[in-house]
Amino acid sequence: MPDVTLTVDGQKITAPAGTLLIDACKTAGIQIPAFCYYPGLSLQAACRMCVVRIDKMPKLQTACTTPIAEGMVVSSESPEIAQARKATLQLLLGNHPLDCPVCDAGGQCELQDMTFKYGAAHSFYQEPKNHREEQQWSPTVYFDRPRCILCYRCVRMCGEGMDVYALGIQNRGSSAVIAPNIPASQSEDGLQHLDCEECGMCIDVCPVGALTSDTYRYKTRPWEMNHVATVCTHCGDGCKTSLGVRQTIDGSEIVRGDNRDKSGINGDFLCNKGRYGFDFANSPERITQPMLKQADGSHKAVSWDEALRFTGKKLREIREARGGGSIGVVGGNRLTNEEAYLLQKFARSVLGTNNIDHHRTADYVTFAAALSGHRDRFASQHDNEKAPAVLLIGGDPTNEAPLTAWNLRSNVRLNGARLYVANHAQIKLRRQAKAFLEIAPFGYGAVAAYLAGDDAAAQSAAHDGENLGRFREALRGEGSLLILIGSELRGNDLRRLVEFGLALPNTNFALLSDYVNAHGAADMGLLPDMLPGYQPLGGTHDYSSEYGERFSNTPGRDMVGIFDAAQTGDLAALYLVNANPVARYSVDPASLSNTFVVVHDMFLTETVRLADVILPSANLYEKSGSVTNSYGDLQLVKKASDRAGVRTDLELLVRVADAMGADVRKLVPFGKKPQANGIRADLGQTRGAQSGEADRHAVWLTSNNLEIKLSPFDPFAVLDEIQRLVPGYDLLRLQLMSGNDQHLAPAAPADLVRIEPTRRDLVLPAEDTLFTSGTLGRYSPKLVELADKYTHEPVGIPAD
Amino acid sequence: MSTVTDSIFLPATAARFDNLVTLYPVKRSALVPMLLYAQDEIGYVSDAVVAEIAQRLDLLELDVRGVLSYYSMLRTEPAGKFNVQVCTNISCMIVGGYDILDHCKQRLGIGHKGVTPDGQFSLEEVECIGACCWAPAMQVNYDFHDNLTPAKVDAILDDYAAGRGEDVK
Ligand code: SF4
Ligand code: SF4
Ligand code: SF4
Ligand code: FES
Ligand code: FES
Repeated sequence: MPDVTLTVDGQKITAPAGTLLIDACKTAGIQIPAFCYYPGLSLQAACRMCVVRIDKMPKLQTACTTPIAEGMVVSSESPEIAQARKATLQLLLGNHPLDCPVCDAGGQCELQDMTFKYGAAHSFYQEPKNHREEQQWSPTVYFDRPRCILCYRCVRMCGEGMDVYALGIQNRGSSAVIAPNIPASQSEDGLQHLDCEECGMCIDVCPVGALTSDTYRYKTRPWEMNHVATVCTHCGDGCKTSLGVRQTIDGSEIVRGDNRDKSGINGDFLCNKGRYGFDFANSPERITQPMLKQADGSHKAVSWDEALRFTGKKLREIREARGGGSIGVVGGNRLTNEEAYLLQKFARSVLGTNNIDHHRTADYVTFAAALSGHRDRFASQHDNEKAPAVLLIGGDPTNEAPLTAWNLRSNVRLNGARLYVANHAQIKLRRQAKAFLEIAPFGYGAVAAYLAGDDAAAQSAAHDGENLGRFREALRGEGSLLILIGSELRGNDLRRLVEFGLALPNTNFALLSDYVNAHGAADMGLLPDMLPGYQPLGGTHDYSSEYGERFSNTPGRDMVGIFDAAQTGDLAALYLVNANPVARYSVDPASLSNTFVVVHDMFLTETVRLADVILPSANLYEKSGSVTNSYGDLQLVKKASDRAGVRTDLELLVRVADAMGADVRKLVPFGKKPQANGIRADLGQTRGAQSGEADRHAVWLTSNNLEIKLSPFDPFAVLDEIQRLVPGYDLLRLQLMSGNDQHLAPAAPADLVRIEPTRRDLVLPAEDTLFTSGTLGRYSPKLVELADKYTHEPVGIPAD
Repeated sequence: MSTVTDSIFLPATAARFDNLVTLYPVKRSALVPMLLYAQDEIGYVSDAVVAEIAQRLDLLELDVRGVLSYYSMLRTEPAGKFNVQVCTNISCMIVGGYDILDHCKQRLGIGHKGVTPDGQFSLEEVECIGACCWAPAMQVNYDFHDNLTPAKVDAILDDYAAGRGEDVK
C-alpha cells in the first residue's frame, strides 16, 4: 500500500495507507490509551479511551477505528481529550469495586495506569455499588464481574483468536455482562460455567483483573516475583513462557506462567500447558534425594557421594566385564540440546555403546535425508504467520501443537492465507481450511504417492476421488506452499511427500513432533545409527578422533533392540535420562530384573520404580541451555526455579562420568586446557534470573564465543562443542542470548541420503492433547484436573 | 445443514421458521422474529427453544442467549396466561400510569414481572406501547386497553378472569 503522511501533535509521521491511526501513532512512539482495541482482533470501539482530535472533524474520534488519511492533522493529548478520557474513566469506575490492593491485575492493570494518568479517582456516584460475587467458570478461569469494563477483548479473543466462541455478552446497558457458554440453567450446580480449551487467552487480554486464573489468583503481586523468560516444556512448538518465580524455603517455586513481554516466537499466544502446566515443578512428589534399590526391592535414600560412587563403579564393572554393547541408553524429549548431546557423547565415548535411542515422535532422520541439500527448505514457526498457502497433512495442531494452530488461524483470518488440510480425522483446523481432504484409513502413504503423481494410488488415498483430484490441482496451482507434516508420515511416505513438494516451485517444509526438544534429541544424535546432525555412524565424520578409543562405528540397538536384549539377558545395564519406556513401550518389568538400571528423573514413574539407582533431576524450568522446536527454531532456556536436592541432567552426566573414572575434560571442553576450543568461561550472564547484572564486556565475550567456561557443568561449554561438531548448528550467540529464536536446518551429509530402506520405523506418535503431556503431564495437578473434565471435544461452531 | 426433523414447534410454526431463514441474506437475521414467534407459541423462551433456534440458524446457543437477554420483551420464564403490561412512560405517567400500575399490583397481589400463583395473570411495567394519545394505557397479551382508570382496570381484569377477555396472542 502507498504511504500516507499525517501530522500528529505537530510531528509528521508516515505509514502505509489503511493503517489505523492508533497503530500509526504507536509506531511513531506516540502512545494512545486503549482498552478495547487489541491488535489482530476485530474493531470494537467500545471504550472511547482512544479519542483524539482530528482537524476538520466535528467531534473527538476514536483512533482505534480511524484509518489514517493524507494530510490528516491530529492532536493526541489536549485538555479537551484528557477531560473526555477522564469522564470515560469515571463512568468505568462507577461500579468498580476499587479493590486494586488485592486484585491480581494490580500493578499491571491498564485501568489503574489510566486512572493514575488522568486522575479520575474521585467518583461522583453516591449510589451503592452493584456487587456480584466472584464466579469460578472453569478449573482455570474466574470472573469478577464488578471489575469488568466491558471491553469485549475476551469475547473476541476466544471467538476470533481461539475459534472457540465460549464467551458472549448478555443483557444490556449497565447490566451487560460477559457470559460463559454453559448457562446456569444447564449446569449441575446451577452456576454458569465454561466448556472451552482453557487456554487462558481471555485472562491474558483482559486489561483489568476481571478474568483471573485459578493458578495465580490472590497468590502474589507482579513485583514480588522474578520473571524469567524460558521455553515451555510441553509441546514441539516451543513457546516462550515467562515464569514468575518466588523464593521458598527449599529453593524457589513458579507461581505464574504467561507471555509477559510478548516478544517470543509465540507473540501473544500461550496455550493452557504453557500457562498453567508448570505445576509439576512444585509437586511434593518430586524425588529430591538419590536412592539406591535394596535387596528387598525398596529404595533407600543415600548421599550423593554414595549414589554417584556406586553408579560409577557398577557401570565401569559392567563395561569392563560385558562390554559397552551390553549397555543401553535412552534419553528424553525434554532435555536441552546440550544434555542430549552430552548424553550420546557419554554413551559413545565413556560407556562405549551405540545402543542409544529416545522416544521418537516424528521421523526426523528421513526428513533430513529427504531434504538433504535443500537447507533453505526447512520452514520456521514464523512461516506459519505469513505463508500465503499452507498444506497441513496429518497431525492435529489444535490439540498437539496449539501455537501452530493459532498461527494458522491468524494467518487465514488476517492475511487471507489459503489453508489446505488433509487428514483422516475431522480435525478442527478444517474450519479454517479452503479445502479439506478426508484421507482414507491408513491412506497417508497413498496420498503422498498420489500427490507425487502416482494416480494409481488414488483408490487407497481417499474415498472421494473427485475431491482428491481437485485437492492436488489446487496445491499444484500454488506459487508458494508451506507444507506441515504430521507424524503419520514417515519413512518412504514422508520421502514421497517431500519429493512432491520439492517438485513445486517454492515450497518449504516442517515436520511436527511433540515435546519441547524431540527435534533436538534427534538432531543431537540420540539414535543408534546417527551421530549428531544426522551423520550416519558408518559414514564419513570426525567423531572417531573426537570421541576417543571407546567410540565405535557400528550402529547399536534401537529402542526395540534394547528391550529385546533385556528379554534375552543381553542387557547388563540401562541408563535412562528422563524417559519412561516401561509405560510408553509397555516393557515387561520382569525383563529388566537382571539389568542394572540407572535413571535421572523427577518422579517415581513406572520405569523409575524398577531402577537400581535413582538420581533426582531438574526439569527444563530449572536449568539453562538451548532447545530446538519442531521447526528447527533454536531458543535459549533459562533457569527459572530451583528445588533443593535435584541436579541438572548435564551435571549428573558429568558426575557419573567422573565417578566412572573418565576424563571430564574430554567430555566437556571447559577450563584453560587441554583443548584450545575450551578456553572460554561463562561469567554468569547466561544464568537468567540468578545472573545479576550482566557486565557489558562479558556479554560481548559471550556473544562472540570467547568467554572462559569455568565449569564442566556449564551448558555453554557443551554448546561450543555442538557448534563445532554438529553440522547445521551454526548458530549466532548474540541472537541466542538476546532471547530471540533462530532458525537452524540440519546440513545433512551425502551419506545420509543412501542410508534408508531397511531402517526400522520406530516413530510412536505422542498423541498428546490440550491437557496431556506424556508422563510429565500426569504429575501436573492442573493438567490432570483439566483432562478429567474434558472427556469430549471442546464445543465451538462459528457464527456466520 | 440445519434441517430440524424433530421440531418442538407446531407444524405451522416450524414451516414458518423454515421459510423465515430463506428471507434474509444471512440466516441469523431471522433470530429476533423467531424468538418472538417461539415465545408466542411456547409462552417463553425455554432452553429447548434456544437449542432449536441455534440449530436452525447455525448459531451457538451462547449467541442466541446473548440476543435473547438483550430484549426485555423476551422471557425465559413462563408468564401468566394473561400478561398485563402497564405503561409508565411519560405520557402515561403524567395522567396516572403509576396509579394504574399500583392498582394492578394490589389487585393481583404481585409485583413487576410477577405471576399469580394460579398462573392466570402476570404483571410487567413497560415502556411506551405507542398508545400515548389514549394514555394511560396497558396491554394484555397483544390486546390494548386505554384511557384507563382503576375501575376500568378492575372490569378488564374481571373479564379476563372470567374468560370473557380476548385472548389474543
Ligand atoms: S478457550 Fe476458554 S480460556 Fe481460552 S479464551 Fe476462550 S474462554 Fe478463555
Ligand atoms: S472480562 Fe476483561 S476482557 Fe472481558 S470484557 Fe471484561 S474487562 Fe474486557
Ligand atoms: S503451544 Fe506448545 S509450546 Fe506453546 S504453550 Fe502450548 S504446549 Fe507450550
Ligand atoms: S480503544 Fe478505541 S474505543 Fe476502545
Ligand atoms: S407513554 Fe404510555 S403509551 Fe406512550
